[in-house]
Formats: sequence, structure tokens, C-alpha cells
Amino acid sequence: MSVRDQVLDYPIPNDAALDPPAEWAELRSTCPVAHVRLPSGDQATLLTRYDDVRAVLADPRFTRRLTAPDAARLSAEGGSVFSGEFAQIIPDGGEEHQHWRRLVGRWFTAKRMAALRPRMARIAEDLVDELVERGAPADLKAGLGFPLPVFVICEMLGVPADDRERFSYWSDTLLNLTRYGQDEIEAAQGEFFAYMSDLLAAKRREPGEDLLSELIAVGGPEDGGLSDLQILVTGMGLLVAGHETTANMIGKMVAMLLADRTRWESLLADPSLIRTAVEESLRLDSNSGFGLPRYLREETEVSGTVLPRGTTVVCSMAAANRDEDVFDAAGEMDLRRSPNPHLAFGAGAHSCLGQALARTELQVVLEVLLRRLPSLELAVPVAELERVEGLAVGGLATVPVRW
Amino acid sequence: MNVTVDEEKCCGAGQCVLLAPEVFDQRDDDGVVVLLSPEPAEEHHAAVREAAAVCPAAAIGVR
Repeated sequence: MSVRDQVLDYPIPNDAALDPPAEWAELRSTCPVAHVRLPSGDQATLLTRYDDVRAVLADPRFTRRLTAPDAARLSAEGGSVFSGEFAQIIPDGGEEHQHWRRLVGRWFTAKRMAALRPRMARIAEDLVDELVERGAPADLKAGLGFPLPVFVICEMLGVPADDRERFSYWSDTLLNLTRYGQDEIEAAQGEFFAYMSDLLAAKRREPGEDLLSELIAVGGPEDGGLSDLQILVTGMGLLVAGHETTANMIGKMVAMLLADRTRWESLLADPSLIRTAVEESLRLDSNSGFGLPRYLREETEVSGTVLPRGTTVVCSMAAANRDEDVFDAAGEMDLRRSPNPHLAFGAGAHSCLGQALARTELQVVLEVLLRRLPSLELAVPVAELERVEGLAVGGLATVPVRW
Repeated sequence: MNVTVDEEKCCGAGQCVLLAPEVFDQRDDDGVVVLLSPEPAEEHHAAVREAAAVCPAAAIGVR
């Protein structure tokens, strides 16, 4: 049966850790606006073509109001990062959203990231020292991919990195699709909320030189700043987004580059390829997670199909990033590809706020690994790499390596 | 080459600054793009074209 005649389960099941599901190519060519069934059982509309995904993500008619009563629920347990009670506290669009974005965005400029680079490299070096001390084989995700972005975002926000195991668990529950039950999720979100409230209260008494202290210092909405609740949710959001996605991407990037070791050798021979190799890894990541859901408040047409008001659309950036109409040899990993206008960070006004941070972290990790562990290789066959299951972010469960 | 930027559309991704720091900057107080050189020297043309192609907000125009 072709993908046109059925309602596909979404996310589309896929055992291969680094390869895309076969359905993507068929969807792009024959069914670019497809019906899918989400883990909640609700139906949604899946987009897989580059032009459609890019246009929808940049179109304000496709809102982030996943709390609307007729919006599809992602998870049967409710309360996801997209639709929970916290999701609507940050303004969704228009001038209010732009105001929020620019207040926070000043912390994520390219210059700020360049200034953080030596510090990131120091952290990466120390983590590699620890890996070497413990000896091979090692899990690159646990030893480097997870702790590096956690340490960096904790320093930026002024959050104690020693608490990382706790907020990592809270993050996972916020990103739940099928892993956790409703009670677990509610308990975890309550703990996370209380933790961040206490942290902000401490910063009000004794401000530091971190992002959250400075957001507090701007003042409330009457002073051009954010409300207390908005600061709190911003802190939770940045803590979740600042480590989960990059932690997973470091592991996937290294796995992709080692899966065909000629890629790793090309980078050893010419480290000036690091920048484009990072972008190509982001483009080819077939395990990036759920994609981005949007809720349609008015009837709109996409690729010749009329979508009624109330439709929930899921944009698969990962499928769009392999669109042959946009990328030559889209299925091939070309470490020199340029320009590489992939959609891994989304597009438009809501495109990832932390993308300069993520790019810099990925580049730094690769630089340090190539220099310190040039003999790095996967310690298991690619076929044995396992995916993270049941969360809205995709990743590898572990990345076993030796050197 | 003639470069334009749309400050309203800009989402502060910083890709243009990473690719062509001689041509683009970001304001310190909100991350919005600053055009340093509307008619950049030829040596920067390739980087400017790449910046325009990858700008997530499509906020850079090149003529």
C-alpha cells in the first residue's frame, strides 16, 4: 500500500539509527501533504518537502497555539513542551514575541559565542582528558556530548551544573511522546518549576553576571522587561533547549562522521572543513525527533491542498533537508556542501534562538576531538547503534567509541 | 554588489556574522543585524551570497 492511501503512524518507525525511513522519499514525491496519526491517536498533517516546510515555518498563520481545544495532542499524556501550561507564557507571535526574542537574543549573538569559544574548548579538553584517563571503549555521549552543552548553558544561565541529572530528567519529561505517564510528568514539571522559582529568588537577593540575573535586572513589563513568570519559563525553556538538542547532536554528528571513516580522515587532513561538516551533519540528521508542530487558525493552502482551519501541521525538517529538488545528491554526505540552507534550526521568526551557540559547540567539539583523538572510531558496528525512543528529540542512546 | 538587510525580519541567528564579519554585525543590545558594508569588496562576495542563502529569516537581499 502506498503512503497516499493510508494514515501513517508518526513518528514513522525506523530501526536504522543514522538512515532515514524509506517513506520520506515517497512522501516528498507523491504525497507532500500526508495524513498521520500521532502517539496520542489524534490525526495531523505531515509536510516533507523543503519549500513547504520552509514556507510554513515562516508563515504567521501557522501558529504555535497547540493548546487550542481542537489542536491535535502529540502525546496521550498531554503536557508536552509544545502544549503544556508553560508553552503559552512566552508570546507566540507578533511584536510581543519579537520583544521577548530580542531581550533574550542579545545573549546568543555570534560575537558572544566567539567570546565563549575558548571556555568551551577548555571544557571539551577537560572532558576528553577524563575520557582518556578512564580508557577506551567509552560512551562519547555520556562523557562529552551531554556534559559539554550542560556546563555551557549552566554558566550562561547561572544554574549549578551539579544539578544536571535532575533537570535532565525534568527535561525528558517535558519532551515526552510515549516514555512517561501523566503522574510522572506532572510531578517532574512541578519540581522543575519550584527549582527554577527558588533559583530566581536567590538571584533577586544576590544577582550574578548571568543571563537570568540580567533579565531580572531589566525590570518588569512596565520597564520593558519580562514578568516574573515569563523569566521563569524562559529559564526552564533555555535550560531544556540548551542541552538536550545539542547533547544529542554531538553524538549523532560524531557517529555519522565515523560511520564512514573516510569522512573523519578528510577532516583530519583538512580541519578547515569543520564548519561545513557541522552544517552537513545537521542537514543529514535523520533522527532529529518529532519536527515542529503548528496549528492553523484559518483555512490555508499548501502544495495545492486546502488545509481547513483547526488543522495541526507537523513540519519534518529532517525529511525536507533531504529534498532532491533543493540539495544536489541530497542523500550523500558532502563535507564541503555550500551554501547549505538546511532547516535543522527551523526558519523564520521562530528559528532556533540558540543556533549560534549550538553551531559553536559542535564546531569546538569536532576541533578538539580531531586534535586530541585522531584515531577515534566507533566501537560497535553502525547497525548496533540504538536510538533514543519516546521523546520529541531524537538522539542515540549511547555512542560507543575507542581510539 | 549591493547588499540590503531587513531589520524587522531579522531573527538574530548570527549566520551572516559568522560567515562575513567584514560585512555584517549584530547589535549588542538585541542581536539584530547591522550592515557594515552595503557595497562589499569583491573578496567578500561569495561569503555574502552564502549568508543570504542560509539566512533563516530571508532578511538579506543581494543585487
